Amino acid sequence: MISSKDLLGIKELKPEEIYLILDTAAGFKDVLKRDIKKVPPLRGKTVVSLFFEPSTRTKTSFALASKRLSADFVNFSVSTSSVVKGESLKDTALTIQALGADFVLVRHSSSGVPHLLSNLLDVSVINAGDGSNEHPTQALLDMFTIQSHKKNFKGLKVAIIGDIAHSRVAKSNIYALTKLDAEVRVICPPTLTPAEVDRLGVKVYHSTDEGLKNVDVVMALRLQLERQSKGFLPSLREYFKLYGLTAERIKLAREDAIVMHPGPMNRGVEIASSVADGQQSVILEQVTNGIAVRMAVLYLLSGVKK
Amino acid sequence: MNIVIKNGHVVDPSQNIDGHRDIFIKGRKIEGIYPKGKAPEADKTIDASKCLVIPGLVDIHTHLREPGFEYKETIETGTLSAVRGGFTTVCCMPNTYPVNDNVAVTELILDKAKKQGSCTVHPIGAITTGSNSEELTELEALIEAGCKAFSDDGRPVTNSQMMRRALEYSKIFDVPILSHCEDLRLSEGGVMNEGFVSTIVGLRGIPRAAEDTMVARDISLCELTGGKLHIAHVSTAGSVNLIRNAKSRGVNVTAETCPHYFNLTDEAIISYDTNLKVNPPIRTIEDVEAIKEGIKDGTIDIIATDHAPHHYDDKQREFDAAAFGISGLETAFALSYHLVHHDIIDLKKLIKLMCVTPSNLMGINKGTLMPGADADIAIINTENIYKVDSSKFLSKGKNSPFNKWTLTGTVEKTVAMGKVFDWNSTEIRKLIL
Repeated sequence: MISSKDLLGIKELKPEEIYLILDTAAGFKDVLKRDIKKVPPLRGKTVVSLFFEPSTRTKTSFALASKRLSADFVNFSVSTSSVVKGESLKDTALTIQALGADFVLVRHSSSGVPHLLSNLLDVSVINAGDGSNEHPTQALLDMFTIQSHKKNFKGLKVAIIGDIAHSRVAKSNIYALTKLDAEVRVICPPTLTPAEVDRLGVKVYHSTDEGLKNVDVVMALRLQLERQSKGFLPSLREYFKLYGLTAERIKLAREDAIVMHPGPMNRGVEIASSVADGQQSVILEQVTNGIAVRMAVLYLLSGVKK
Repeated sequence: MNIVIKNGHVVDPSQNIDGHRDIFIKGRKIEGIYPKGKAPEADKTIDASKCLVIPGLVDIHTHLREPGFEYKETIETGTLSAVRGGFTTVCCMPNTYPVNDNVAVTELILDKAKKQGSCTVHPIGAITTGSNSEELTELEALIEAGCKAFSDDGRPVTNSQMMRRALEYSKIFDVPILSHCEDLRLSEGGVMNEGFVSTIVGLRGIPRAAEDTMVARDISLCELTGGKLHIAHVSTAGSVNLIRNAKSRGVNVTAETCPHYFNLTDEAIISYDTNLKVNPPIRTIEDVEAIKEGIKDGTIDIIATDHAPHHYDDKQREFDAAAFGISGLETAFALSYHLVHHDIIDLKKLIKLMCVTPSNLMGINKGTLMPGADADIAIINTENIYKVDSSKFLSKGKNSPFNKWTLTGTVEKTVAMGKVFDWNSTEIRKLIL
């Protein structure tokens, strides 16, 4: 059972809840392989997406997940709505609740917005990415993908490489992997290392070659291109040289290592095309698994008593 | 009217009193202090049995918000909040709209305070016009109008040359320059302390170095100029060390901290409660311990509130977008009395920190019960344990991270310029509700 009406972050989940979501997603993945990819559990329920940051893949994935479960999916378009006219977040959220939503999917550039909505609203709030805090469904789909390639998480060596400091994907994955007893390494320049991140139980590497040695999983992260102008890096060229995932470097990992990326990719910045399109890449599988995992989250939260 | 305050435990470090005394008030002044039971009869008698009787508290760091931000606080509500908290003098920061960088604004504040205020108000003038670090304000004119000190609080004086000139020029008048120490480039975009907790919650951090580097700069400039430097709202262990070191070299520097910097740590922000958002930010346990040590050994001279009231619309929003500040006047005494309760300092020291030293820094005749002084007195029950209810604050700003905290020490009565506020009387209760 899931204990909360909301999915705010992986931080708030117990390991058995993570496994429950993964097991449930496995069932839904089978549904997605059928000819008629639709099941009825959320018939009559309404999922509203409230995205304050642009997103195509996460929103589309959630829309498909909702529709496969027979829920109605409505997009509350922030760029054309009252938000542009100066409406406060609180009023927007209360309006969506009054419209009769059962789930609110929220993405926002400020960390803690899902938590604020969770306190304000009775409906289920699902965090679809908040600031540099968390992106829990991304981490869950990453766990699902890892699980389908590796026997178990215990002792698994996972390297997360890139802009750890600003990445909610990295944070959620760190929480998920450490909760499942994997061994987590983060590889990043000192300027993009979160303060005291080692206290989360991860090992920090500033050398990519050192960090990649013998790992089972390599997770690349998207680099926001504006980091250069803020003095985090001297140039994208130098970043690729030091931290770019090249075919040469991937050889340092285990032979059966998988390569992941949450997308959208900057080819030639954080990942070479030869790696993104290579044998070890599971990047498109991640996308497909995202739908099953989000179906599982919606389904399980709908069963939580409010 | 004459008033006598009887049977109270009077503590007044300015005349070395610590014992049971009766205080006789005539009109707006203290007439005399007598041994228990020896004061003459008066028109009104206040029984202060089992209570502490101390000089009214003096806050050198208050944001009254008027003019310009009356929806957050006014001089009327801010001074009422002050007396509710046992304060009888507040020095208000100039970051109003318009900024208090000219005589007209100073006069407006003093005029309003006279007509609508419940306690003494001393304005603090801006160091630079518009607090934009470009041109010095007319210090002489502002002092003539009533300003007791100068500060660009809310912002640092970013231009080091201008800070140097301010420290130099202010020597003509022997007035303190109160410095808000923050390197704006290092703190840019930050909303909380940078550290493990900012990593966990994913909020942009403000490193301690943003404060420390500016404290170091200002100490150097103080040494260079011989001006009167006062460091506002010290929040870091690094600042405490820098100030301690400067004082040991004989630098003319004083410092204040605020109750939230020795009662809270950044771990509380895991809740994303925007009432915890304050600048400088709440730091870690190491900083809290260093600040307590600094208070104990005299490195920190003053406890001020940095009372920063906000409307709830400015707080009930995204953590990144919420306003910085804590409504502090009504919890400051109990939160500071905590230090006495836990034997970190004694009562006499607490009164020095909250009454005597702030008055001396501002050059005002407050913080004392000396005969002839203004009848500004706080009567406090230090045994009383209560639960904070910020919705009952007299301040318009209900933004307190201490809401629902259990504290010790209630202000029972406040006497401000001879006027008695009895917080248990029904007429005052009506005012509250």
